[in-house]
Amino acid sequence: MAPIIEAHGLVKRYKEIVALDGLDLAVEPGTILSVLGPNGAGKTTAVSILTTLIKADEGTATVAGFDVREHPDEVKKNIGLSGQYAAVDEQLTGFENLRMVGRLYRMGKPAAVRRSRELLEQFDLTDAADRPVKGYSGGMRRRLDLAGALIAEPPILFLDEPTTGLDPRSRADLWIAIKGLVAGGTTLLLTTQYMEEAEHLADDIMVIDHGREIAHGTADELKNMLGGERVVVTVADPDHIARATEVLAQFAVGEQHVDDHTRELTVPISGGAPVLTAALRALDTAGIAVTDVGLRRPTLDDVFLTLTGHRTEETEIASVEVGE
Amino acid sequence: MTKLKYAFIDAYVIAQRNIIRIKRVPEILVFVLISPIMFVLLFAYVFGSAIDIPGGSYREFLIGGIFAQTVVFGATFTGAGLAEDMQKGIINRFRSLPMSPSAVVMGRTASDVIYNSLTLIIMALTGLLVGWRIRSSFWDAVLGFGLLLLFAYAFSWMMALVGLVVPSVEVVNNASFVVIFPLTFIANTFVPSEGLPGPLRTFAEWNPISALTQAVRELFGNIPAGTPPPEVWPLQNPVLYSFVWIVIIIAIFAPLSIARYQRVTAKS
Ligand SMILES: Nc1ncnc2c1ncn2[C@@H]1O[C@H](COP(=O)(O)OP(=O)(O)OP(=O)(O)O)[C@@H](O)[C@H]1O
Ligand SMILES: [Mg+2]
Repeated sequence: MAPIIEAHGLVKRYKEIVALDGLDLAVEPGTILSVLGPNGAGKTTAVSILTTLIKADEGTATVAGFDVREHPDEVKKNIGLSGQYAAVDEQLTGFENLRMVGRLYRMGKPAAVRRSRELLEQFDLTDAADRPVKGYSGGMRRRLDLAGALIAEPPILFLDEPTTGLDPRSRADLWIAIKGLVAGGTTLLLTTQYMEEAEHLADDIMVIDHGREIAHGTADELKNMLGGERVVVTVADPDHIARATEVLAQFAVGEQHVDDHTRELTVPISGGAPVLTAALRALDTAGIAVTDVGLRRPTLDDVFLTLTGHRTEETEIASVEVGE
Repeated sequence: MTKLKYAFIDAYVIAQRNIIRIKRVPEILVFVLISPIMFVLLFAYVFGSAIDIPGGSYREFLIGGIFAQTVVFGATFTGAGLAEDMQKGIINRFRSLPMSPSAVVMGRTASDVIYNSLTLIIMALTGLLVGWRIRSSFWDAVLGFGLLLLFAYAFSWMMALVGLVVPSVEVVNNASFVVIFPLTFIANTFVPSEGLPGPLRTFAEWNPISALTQAVRELFGNIPAGTPPPEVWPLQNPVLYSFVWIVIIIAIFAPLSIARYQRVTAKS
């Protein structure tokens, strides 16, 4: 099947900052593409170009068969967008917001009202439906904004970090809703900073950084790029970090990662539990006390770390603070 | 054709949204209602008691000018409302929707007719309280109010552009006064234009607000008997001249405002 979202060589510059640096992407109808990247990677920029909100400096993109530059109105009729920041009217109630959005999608009055009530129910906002949005919590606004993207049941959805700021339950609910939509034939492009989210939802994951694709594949494919499992060791004394690194080097099959802030060493190994035991014994012999130890399969976070040399946002902030 | 139909439907939806917001933030309404009362009382008593004109009441003569000035000032709300909208998150939602690009501005000028109508009603009531009377026929009076309302609507479009050009609500207010003050004061609103020095006099005579004032005075029958007829064409045909200006202002500022809205929302 031909891709329903397609982009070639998208470039977007803001003065000297290159937000997108030749990004290609393609999404087949009825599938999910998850665009994974840290802050400033260019996720929002890519979504904004595909949803016609901004224009690329170079490159082309089509959505639902329409060129985003030439036919923005046709594109808009076929998409629903929930941006990174909730775009809702503070003074209107949740219901009034949705009804307005429905009407502006050119739905008839009764249809807009019915869909609004349906979505308020689905997103657990029934109790708050008739209260002005200014009294909503961040998560409630977020869900209302998502409902706005869904109201006209567009065939293509763009969700820019849809679960950022949601509590675990709302996030799980949203995942179920998203899976339901895709099962019903909706195509979805979603951005996220959460590895587990990409892994849980997406058929196809694209990792981007500095406006470029740095890896692309299914969650399993990305993990296979990294081979075997990891030993994760937390040393008790920060002064022991360097020594521990030396000791563990003999077991490593790839580059070790050291987080000075958490005193955590991540060592790619092959050979499983026996190697872990040997590594622990070696540390013990060297007189290095360990507070925590574990063996785990590579996560997408490791993929990210390996490919970009830095972790995703949450952990990156922690390490930047101590000035590495 | 369907494009035009949807332009109106979308504008209607936006106007509906604005009206809900008026209900939710009644503080603005208080200001809308107080300013005409203040204007009428202030000008009627401060100026109205200073001058005596033979054969009539200066206060009654003044009211027409106050009406004209107040509706023009009221248009500032359109600019302020739009400037506020442009800073709010909801604009991002509008940008992502397949809605008509004229809807936000058209809906705003339409919903502001409510403000303008309220202003007129309050102003008329306050006027009656201080001794102003309609001394013409019913239909002349209807035409008078209609003309004021239309003029306010046209000025809303002008202020809409201001609201979309300047970056914040505060600047809208200041920028509007820069336009509105000279327009409403270099006119026959408070003093007869004949008394003004050369160039100012010409400006006042051709100023649409002078014509509006003159038209309102005539239509409400507030010109004292024995007042010499005006010497210039605009003031001799004030209703026609005001109407021409209404058409011109809308014809210029509606497309400009809509284009401006599109430019602002389609940021690179
Ligand atoms: N309007 C703008 N003006 C200047 N620079 C911008 C603008 N928008 C984005 N950028 C820059 O472009 C880069 C990519 O930004 P973008 O918002 O696409 O990142 P992102 O992946 O969405 O990040 P986040 O996870 O923080 O949302 C950043 O370096 C950002 O500073
Ligand atoms: Mg972003």
